[in-house]
Amino acid sequence: MPEQLLHTACHDWHCQRGARMVDFAGWHMPVQYTTVVEEHQAVRQRAGAFDIAHMGRLRFAGPDAGDVLDYLLTADVEEMHSGQVRYALVCNASGGILDDVLVYRFPEFHLLVVNASNRTKILTWIEEQSGGFDFQIADDTFDHFMLAIQGPLALEILNPLVKDDIAEIAYYHATQDNVMGVEAIVSRTGYTGEDGFEVIIPAEHGPRLWEALMERGEPHGLRPAGLGARDTLRLEAAMPLYGHELNETIDPFTAGLSFAVQLNKPAFLGKEALLAAKARDDRPKRVGLVLSGRRIARENSTLYAGEREVGRVTSGTFSPTLEKSLAMGYVARDVADVGAPLEVDIRGRREAATVVKLPFYKRS
Amino acid sequence: MAFRRKPGRYTLPLIQHPPQPAVLSVMDPASLKYAKTHEWVRVEGDVATVGITDFAVRQLTDLVYIELPSPGRTLAAGEEFGVIESVKAASDLYAPVGGEVLQANESLADDLSVLSADAFGQGWMIRMKIADRSSLDKLLDRAAYEEHCRSEEH
Repeated sequence: MPEQLLHTACHDWHCQRGARMVDFAGWHMPVQYTTVVEEHQAVRQRAGAFDIAHMGRLRFAGPDAGDVLDYLLTADVEEMHSGQVRYALVCNASGGILDDVLVYRFPEFHLLVVNASNRTKILTWIEEQSGGFDFQIADDTFDHFMLAIQGPLALEILNPLVKDDIAEIAYYHATQDNVMGVEAIVSRTGYTGEDGFEVIIPAEHGPRLWEALMERGEPHGLRPAGLGARDTLRLEAAMPLYGHELNETIDPFTAGLSFAVQLNKPAFLGKEALLAAKARDDRPKRVGLVLSGRRIARENSTLYAGEREVGRVTSGTFSPTLEKSLAMGYVARDVADVGAPLEVDIRGRREAATVVKLPFYKRS
Repeated sequence: MAFRRKPGRYTLPLIQHPPQPAVLSVMDPASLKYAKTHEWVRVEGDVATVGITDFAVRQLTDLVYIELPSPGRTLAAGEEFGVIESVKAASDLYAPVGGEVLQANESLADDLSVLSADAFGQGWMIRMKIADRSSLDKLLDRAAYEEHCRSEEH
């Protein structure tokens, strides 16, 4: 029922390009234009452009905008400086993860980028939890387009379209800048493990920016890349994906995301539960696994240490960069050390899997 | 072969892709029989050679692994005889006819690109001794199979 699905500003471009389109969190999105592996390699070796306009973009303004975000998120928002971007979690009172987000601080407003699958849930959560704060929230998701350009050539392909020199933008920082004559937000962020940028621009200018990038970049090896490559790239970089590594029953410490939690700040949602979670020593641990064969350990495959069931796989794929079958999952702490020999049940047959250090891939 | 749905973020198939150049194969696809699950069969006497179609290979993309049966195994028509796995999903392979496996194409495991290059020739998967010819009557000819693929694309 594609007619009922949401479309980004560049939806028609993807269809005309012959992309394989799927329903992703209610949006009709490209999963691949050619093959996952080709698009993956383009990002690692040259550059790839992703339509990520399905991600939710919520703009917070007013006197308490920073305070309410400090209360809703695990990261310290108050001490962020203008132009800074932070990864954070939205946790419930039990410390379970409702979403993983990016928060941007600008002089006039804060921006919260949330997962497409969680946008309405988070809007409801904010409405329920933000009583007593003086702020306004606007859902910019439909009025703005968002793309990511990632890979070693991303900087030189995007730079000429932006007024100021984007080489000056530090990792996890953002600027409000002029892109092709229009006010936009450019951040040095991404979900691939490569250097790269994400751009937010009014939706009516989205196709013009996308086409300009393609025209400039394709001769140098830029390729449009779909959700398939986005998944294999983030998995190699060991970045968690909501609904797989993260959900409402997993706390940030179990997920290995303690860097995103600032327990020293004053009261925030989930703080007490998170203090308790941190103190527990019986938590499972998120680990990386390299399999001995080429079969892929899909989500929910059972992990064993000998005959003992020790955990489950949350994501698995065949890594185009390492040419190995990789997985992430949660296992009991006593078998979570690097080098631990485990087994994974794939369709009724065990395959050897070794715990390895994350990330699987780190750019040199 | 059936597209098994991977639990999680996206599902197969909902496809629009550009026209593909015709694959030149030693085998003429018009002379083969087809299962709705995208296997093809070539019958020579009482021996059936089985593979999966170019359409199926294009749908799967990014093949990483194949598992085929050992010679001597007896398969019923419609029984699962192996698995082909792509980056996105694992798909079962189904025997279009019943019979005993005589030979499996072991070289595929080392180079799955043969399937993209020559699905109807070098990409053959198993040879079987046909036990029950009646199951052949339930298979599609090329025109009916192409019609079936068009219906799956929409």
